[in-house]
Amino acid sequence: MYKVERKDVIENVKRMMLYSVQTLHKEVIDAFEDSRDKETNPLAKSILDKILENHEIANSKDIPLCQDTGIVVCFLEIGRELVFDYDLEEAINVGVSQAYIDGYLRKSIVRHPLNRINTMDNTPAVVHHQFIPGNKLIIHIAPKGGGSENMSTLKMLSPSEGREGVINFVLETIKNAGGRPCPPLIVGVGIGGNFEKCAWLAKKAILRPLNDVTENEIDRDLETELMERINKLDVGPMGLGGLTTCIGVKVNSYPCHIASLPVAVNLQCHSARKDEVILVGKKIDNTNN
Amino acid sequence: MEKRLTTPITENQIKDLKIGDEVLITGYIYTARDAAHKLLVEAIQNNEELPFDIKDQIIYYVGPTPAKPNQVIGSCGPTSAYRMDKYSPYLMEKGLKVMIGKGDRSVEFNDVVKKYKGIYLLAIGGIGAKLSQCVVENELIAYPHLQSEAIRRLKVIDFPAIVAIDTLGNSIY
Repeated sequence: MYKVERKDVIENVKRMMLYSVQTLHKEVIDAFEDSRDKETNPLAKSILDKILENHEIANSKDIPLCQDTGIVVCFLEIGRELVFDYDLEEAINVGVSQAYIDGYLRKSIVRHPLNRINTMDNTPAVVHHQFIPGNKLIIHIAPKGGGSENMSTLKMLSPSEGREGVINFVLETIKNAGGRPCPPLIVGVGIGGNFEKCAWLAKKAILRPLNDVTENEIDRDLETELMERINKLDVGPMGLGGLTTCIGVKVNSYPCHIASLPVAVNLQCHSARKDEVILVGKKIDNTNN
Repeated sequence: MEKRLTTPITENQIKDLKIGDEVLITGYIYTARDAAHKLLVEAIQNNEELPFDIKDQIIYYVGPTPAKPNQVIGSCGPTSAYRMDKYSPYLMEKGLKVMIGKGDRSVEFNDVVKKYKGIYLLAIGGIGAKLSQCVVENELIAYPHLQSEAIRRLKVIDFPAIVAIDTLGNSIY
């Protein structure tokens, strides 16, 4: 049996939050630089320049990239050989709370959707769990902005609508959203499963690295075609037109019911903040048992 | 070339602005987003005095991150404007001239802007670190219990924005 200490979970969550709110991954910066060089629309070019400049200022002056420091979404991959003598989800929330209070991040969570009273420390995070072989705890974390989350969609298509139905729904979502979700986007698409599973698949998809190639041929072809067709919509940076509506499309699929074709589209704004850590469990002595 | 706007906003300063024009704002602007708008409109409906004189002023749809000890303000980019559509007509009736936010608004809102001869400006979303560099003063003036959604008076210098709805009700979208 192995153990990951509670304090290591808390410290790592806090560290990842503080890092990710002001630092984008290099692959995202590279994608913006490429897009800026390709854009012919001067306004699109100038917006991409400002996004890049914003990243430099955020980094050098220790300011969050965006004032919306999000709702924290957390995917846990839990090694089956680990044991926990504490509440893992509570530990995640302690890390979140410390990051948002000590790090001067915006507290954007309200206790109840209708009474709208702020929880004052941005907890609780939305936490998903999955078990994996081995003795490691992998924590993926992302402060997800409200603007892009509000423009995300889910629809239960009829199986007869097929591949083209999925494509049209994704394109419609992005076109209708226009500038609201702060494009250039990363588009996460979930197909299959059931109502909640396809939303989960779409959310997981936006956390995949941009250069990650899925093994599934159907999903891979869909990603390529969607990327091309989305960037022909002329939504462009901040919805003001241009060649760069998205810098990545990721499709995740899952088996589904013979009557169903669920599709979910989760939009990630250009402030594509995320981080992950692998904590290796320490062997615990259980000879007393 | 960018055009300059200085608060308070007169009709003359904005009547010739066209959609797509880039502007630089200098002077005092007021922050308000969903929760503050709700309270402002409730105050108007109850015939109560507003916490600041809104006539010829600018409201910026923003909920900044808290300022760190050495900063005037934290990250402070715009939030989506469409959520304020049901509140803004009441404020424009009281003399509000300019709104700054991000994204499109409802089609009907173009006529509201035209009726009150105001403008809606677009600030680029997600660049709150950069925009914070334009803010030189930051004072909380109303609704402190709303935290990041409280109303603040900000002094800005050369704050960049793009005309999205002009005084004739034309929209960039």
